[in-house]
Amino acid sequence: MHVTHLYAKTFQRNIFPKHPTRTNRHCTNSLGSIGEKTQTAENQIQWSFGSILKILSNLNISSLAKHSIETQTLKTIDVVILVLSLTKMPNVQILVNDFVNQLRKRKIEGSQATGQQTAELLRSVISQQRVPHTNQATTLINAVRAVGEQLISANPVELAVGNIVRRVLHIIREEDLSLATAAIAGLGLSAASDDEDDVERDDHHGLSAAAVAAAARSTLRLPSLQTLLEDTSDPAAIPHTSSSGGESEGKSRSVEKGSRGRKLKHDVIEAVNELIQDISTCYEQIAEQAVEHIHQNEVILTLGSSKTVLEFLYAAKEKKRSFKVFVAEGAPRYQGHLLAKELAARGSQTTLITDSAVFAMISRVNMVIVGAHAVMANGGVIAPIGLNMVALAAQRHAVPFVVLVGSHKLCPLYPHNPEVLLNELRSPSELLDFGEFSDCLDYASGAGSIHVVNPTFDYVPPKLVSLFITDTGGHNPSYMYRLIADYYSADDLVVKRRPITGS
Amino acid sequence: MDPPRRTPRSVIDPVPKFRQVGFFAPPERSQSGPPDPTHSLQISDTTPAANSLSPVMIPPPRHLSDNLLLHARPATSPLRAESIAAAGRSSYDASDFFPAPLSPAPSSSYSSRIITGGDGSFFNGGKGSNGGKVVASSFPRGGFDLTAMKSSVVPASELTTVSVVNDSLGISEKEKATKGGGSAVEVKDQPTSAKQQKPKTSKAERRALQEAQRAAKAAAKADGNKASGAATSVNAKSTKPVKPAQKVDNAAVAASEKKGGDCPPEKDRKKDAPQPRMQYDDKSRVEKAKRRAVVKQTEARNRVELFRHLPQYEHESQLPDLEAKFFHLSPVHPAVYKVGLQYLTGDISGGNARCIAMLQAFQEAIKDYKVPHEKTFVRDLTAKIGSYVSFLIECRPLSISMGNAIRFLKSRIAKLPLTLSESEAKSSLQSDIERFISEKIILANKVIVKHAVTKIRDGDVLLTYGSSSAVEMILLHAHELGKQFRVVVVDSRPKLRGKLLLRRLVEKGLSCTYTHINAVSYIMHEVTRVFLGAASVLSNGTVYSRVGTACVAMVAHAFRVPVIVCCEAYKFHERVQLDSICSNELGDPNVISKVVGREDVSYLDGWANVENMQLLNLIYDATPSDYVSMIVTDYGMVPPTSVPVIVREYGREQIWI
Repeated sequence: MHVTHLYAKTFQRNIFPKHPTRTNRHCTNSLGSIGEKTQTAENQIQWSFGSILKILSNLNISSLAKHSIETQTLKTIDVVILVLSLTKMPNVQILVNDFVNQLRKRKIEGSQATGQQTAELLRSVISQQRVPHTNQATTLINAVRAVGEQLISANPVELAVGNIVRRVLHIIREEDLSLATAAIAGLGLSAASDDEDDVERDDHHGLSAAAVAAAARSTLRLPSLQTLLEDTSDPAAIPHTSSSGGESEGKSRSVEKGSRGRKLKHDVIEAVNELIQDISTCYEQIAEQAVEHIHQNEVILTLGSSKTVLEFLYAAKEKKRSFKVFVAEGAPRYQGHLLAKELAARGSQTTLITDSAVFAMISRVNMVIVGAHAVMANGGVIAPIGLNMVALAAQRHAVPFVVLVGSHKLCPLYPHNPEVLLNELRSPSELLDFGEFSDCLDYASGAGSIHVVNPTFDYVPPKLVSLFITDTGGHNPSYMYRLIADYYSADDLVVKRRPITGS
Repeated sequence: MDPPRRTPRSVIDPVPKFRQVGFFAPPERSQSGPPDPTHSLQISDTTPAANSLSPVMIPPPRHLSDNLLLHARPATSPLRAESIAAAGRSSYDASDFFPAPLSPAPSSSYSSRIITGGDGSFFNGGKGSNGGKVVASSFPRGGFDLTAMKSSVVPASELTTVSVVNDSLGISEKEKATKGGGSAVEVKDQPTSAKQQKPKTSKAERRALQEAQRAAKAAAKADGNKASGAATSVNAKSTKPVKPAQKVDNAAVAASEKKGGDCPPEKDRKKDAPQPRMQYDDKSRVEKAKRRAVVKQTEARNRVELFRHLPQYEHESQLPDLEAKFFHLSPVHPAVYKVGLQYLTGDISGGNARCIAMLQAFQEAIKDYKVPHEKTFVRDLTAKIGSYVSFLIECRPLSISMGNAIRFLKSRIAKLPLTLSESEAKSSLQSDIERFISEKIILANKVIVKHAVTKIRDGDVLLTYGSSSAVEMILLHAHELGKQFRVVVVDSRPKLRGKLLLRRLVEKGLSCTYTHINAVSYIMHEVTRVFLGAASVLSNGTVYSRVGTACVAMVAHAFRVPVIVCCEAYKFHERVQLDSICSNELGDPNVISKVVGREDVSYLDGWANVENMQLLNLIYDATPSDYVSMIVTDYGMVPPTSVPVIVREYGREQIWI
C-alpha cells in the first residue's frame, strides 16, 4: 500500500489546475507504460493496481487511464521491479515541477544558474530512470526529452536550459556510442567467451558484420571523406544502429550484457557530472586567458554585470596588470553598479558611466569586454539589453568587442528575428512607477496612450563581434557553428519532436 | 606699404567684389590701429563676436593679404578722408555685398526677414550719427514688418543697407572718436577688422601654419622697420598662450601701441580663434580663478582622470553657500543671482530655457544699472556683464547658445553710440535683448516647426530622445494638423527628462511609447524617423547635444532610419570638435549613484570613500555629422555639411540684429 500511496501522491501533485491536458497525458503515459511493461504479471501485484485504480477513480482523473489499465493483462514478474522504480518517480517529478514553476515565474534567471540546475535535474532524472535491457539509450533519451521539453517551454528565452538538455542528450548518445564501440573493439577477442544466457540472443542474429563494422567506423574515426562516402545513414540512426549492432552479436555482447544497462547509465551520469562541473567552473577557465588579452594600461569598457567578466578582469588584476575599467550601469537592472563596486573593492581603477555616455567614452577605450546571455550558431549574441548599441559604437571606433561566454551558453539554433522572438519584456515598473501617469491618461476619450517597452535582451549580430572567449579558448564568430557541432548532435536540435513514448 | 593696401580701392571693378569686402576695411581698422590700451578688456570681450563675422568670400591669396594687413598700419591718414565719404561709396559696396549672403542662403525669405528685423532695430536703437541716419531712417518700418517683405528684391536692398549702414556708422563714429575721444568706438572697430581677416583665418587647421608664416614675415619686416617690432611680436607670441584668454596681454597692447603696426592684426587673428577655454588641469590658473570666484567651490573628490580639464565641484557645498549669500550685498544683480541659483539646482535646464532666463536676467540688470561716477557707460556695463557671466559660469558652465547670446549682447553694448543718454542706451539694450529672444529663439522655433512638420507623414513612428523644446513643438504641431503618428520617447538616466516630455505629449493626446536608451536598438525596428534636439551644431557638422544623442543617432544610422536634428541657428558655433571629451560638462556624480524609485539598487552608497571608484556624469556628447541626415534650422533644412556656410553667412547677423 505504501507504493500506492506514493503513486497517488504523485498524481495529486501533478494536478495543475492550469494544465489539465498535461496531467492527463502524464497519467496516460505512465499508466500506459506500466501496462505495456507488465504484460506477464498477473496475480501478485493485481492488488496494487486495483488500489491505484480506486484512487484514480476517487480523484476522477482520467477514465482513459483507467480504461487502459483495466484492459491490460499483467503477466510478468518484472512488474514488481517496475512498481518499485515507480516509487522513485514521484521525487523526480516533484523536482521537475518545482523547477518548471520557478522557471515560469522567472525565479531562476541567468544562464549559469538555470544551466546548472537543469543539468542537476536531468542527472536525477537519468539516475532514477529505469532502463530496460534493450534500447537503453533510447529510453534515457526519451525520458530526458520529456523533461527537457517541459523545461524549455517553461521559459523558452532561457536558452541555457535547452542547451543543457541537448548537451545531456548528446552525452547519452556519445556514451552509448562509446560503449558500442568498445564492444565492437572487443569483438574478435571475446568471440568464444560467452556462456551467459541471453533472452534476446537470437533476435538480431542475422545482422551482417559489415553493418557493425560500418557503425564502428563511424564512431571511432573522425569524419573523413571515406566515412562520409560510406556512411550515408542519417546521424539519427546511429544510436539505433549501434545498439542493434551491439545486440546483434550475441556472443560478444553477452559478456557485458548484464552490466551494460548500469554501465551506460553510470557513464552518462559521470559525464553529466562533468558537465555540471564545467558549468560551475567555466569562468575560471575563461579567466585564465585574461592576461593574454589585457595589456598594461588598457582601458576596458563593459556594460552591466557578469560574473564571468568580473572574474576575467579580476584575474588580470591578480597578474599585476593595471588597467582602467569603464562600467556602464546597464539600465534597467543597474547591475553595473554592483560590478563597479566589486571591481573597485578589488583594486581596479573603475569609472561608472551612464549608458548614454557609452558613445562619448568609447573613443578612449581599447577593448570592450562583455558577458552574454547566449551565443547562437551563427555567432550572433543574445546579450543584456544595450549591448547592440555598445557594439555599434565599438565598431565605429574600431574597438575590439570581446564576448566572454561559457560553453553552456552556446546555442545550436540559428536565430530568426531574435530581437523579438528571443526576447522578453520585463515589467514597466522598472521604468515608470505604477500610476505615475494615471492622471494624464484619459481612457474614456481614447486619446493619448503610453506603451512602456522594457526588453531584457539585445541581439548583437556576428559582424559586430570581434572575438568570443570560451572556456576552450578564443574563437571567431564565424567558427561558432563548428564549436557547437562538438557539443550537440544534430538530431537533438529540435527537442520538441518527441516520439510517442512506447517503452 | 601703401600701394598694396590701396589697390583694392583703386581697382575696385576688376577685383572680384567679394574680395573687396575683405579689403576695404583695413583702413578703418588701421585708424584704430593703436588701440587704447585701457580698452583691452573690452576688445577681447567683443572679439568673439567678430569670429562669426566672416563673410562668404573667396579669400584673397593668403600671403598677399597678410602683407597687406601688416603693412596697412601706418597708412591710415590718407584714407580717412576717403572713408568719410562713405555714403557715396556705400552704394556700390552694397551691391557688392548683396550677392554674397544671398546666394548660399537656402531659404532667402527667412533670412532676409530676420536680417531686416535686425537692421531696423539696429537703427532704432543704436545710432545717432549723421551718415547712417539718412539711410537708416527708411528702414525701421520695413524692418519690423516681417511678413510684408518680399524675398527677391527686398533682401537685396536690405542687405545692402546692412553694409551701408555699417560702413557709414562706423565711420561716423570714428570721426567722433577722433574728435571727441570716445573710447568705446575703438572697441567697435576691432571686430570689424577681425571680420575682414576672418576669411583667411577662420579655419582652425590653417591657423597654426599661418601663424608660423606670419611670425616669420613680421619678424623680417620688423627687422627692416624697427627692431622693436620684432620684439613686440615675439612678446605677443610668447605671452599669448600663457595668459588667460579673457585678459588680453597688456604688455603686448602697449607695445603695439608704440609701434602702431604689426601687433594688433596678430592679436586679432589669434583672438579669432575660438577663445581657448579655461583648462582646469592648469593648477595656477584654477587657483587664480578661485580667488576671484563668488561661489565657494570645493573640488569634487574621485575625479575622472580623463576629464581633469573640466571643472567639477561638490554641488552640496555650493548651493547652501550661495543661498546664504543671497541677501548679502553682492556685486551680482539679484535677477542674475536667482538665475544662477536656478542653473545650479537644475531648475532651469535646456538650451533655450537657460538662454532666455539669462537674457531676461541681464535685461533686469541693465534696467537697474546706474553708471558710477567717472566711468563710461559702455565700459562699465561690459565689465558688469562680464562679471555676471563669470558668476553664471561658476554656477554652471555656459552652454554654447548662451555664449552666443552673451557675445551678441556685448557687441550690442560695444556698438552703442556715445551720443545716447544713459536711459536711451539702456532701453535700446533692453529692446535688443527682447528682440534676440523673440527672433532668434521663439520665431526661429516657429520656423523650424514649420519646416520639420513637412517631414512627418501619416503612419510614421517618430523617435525622440530626452526632451527638446523644438522637437516637442514639432510633434504637437503635427498632432494639431491631424497627422496620424506615434511617438517613441527614449530616455536616459540620470535626468530622465523624457518623462517630462512624455507627460506633456500624452496630455495633448498623442500616443507614445516610452523606453530607456539601452532599448533603443530594440525599438528602432519600428521607427521611421528620428527627431533630435541639439545644444549646438558645430561647424564641422558635429551635433553637440545631450549625452546619449550620439548613441541614438548611431543606432538609427545602423538601422537606416533618417536622423533629423532640430536646432536654431543662434546655437550654431564655428568651433569644431571631434570627440566628446575635449570639451564637455560634468554633472554631479552623486546623482548616478542613486537610482530614483529603485531602492534595491543601492550598491554605491558611500562610493566617494572607495579609493578606486569614480562616477562620471557627462552632460553632452558629440554626434558625428555622418549620423545626421538633415539639420532643420530657421534658415531651412540643410545637410550637416552646410553648417559652416550658415555659421559664416549668418553668424554676423547676431551682431547686426
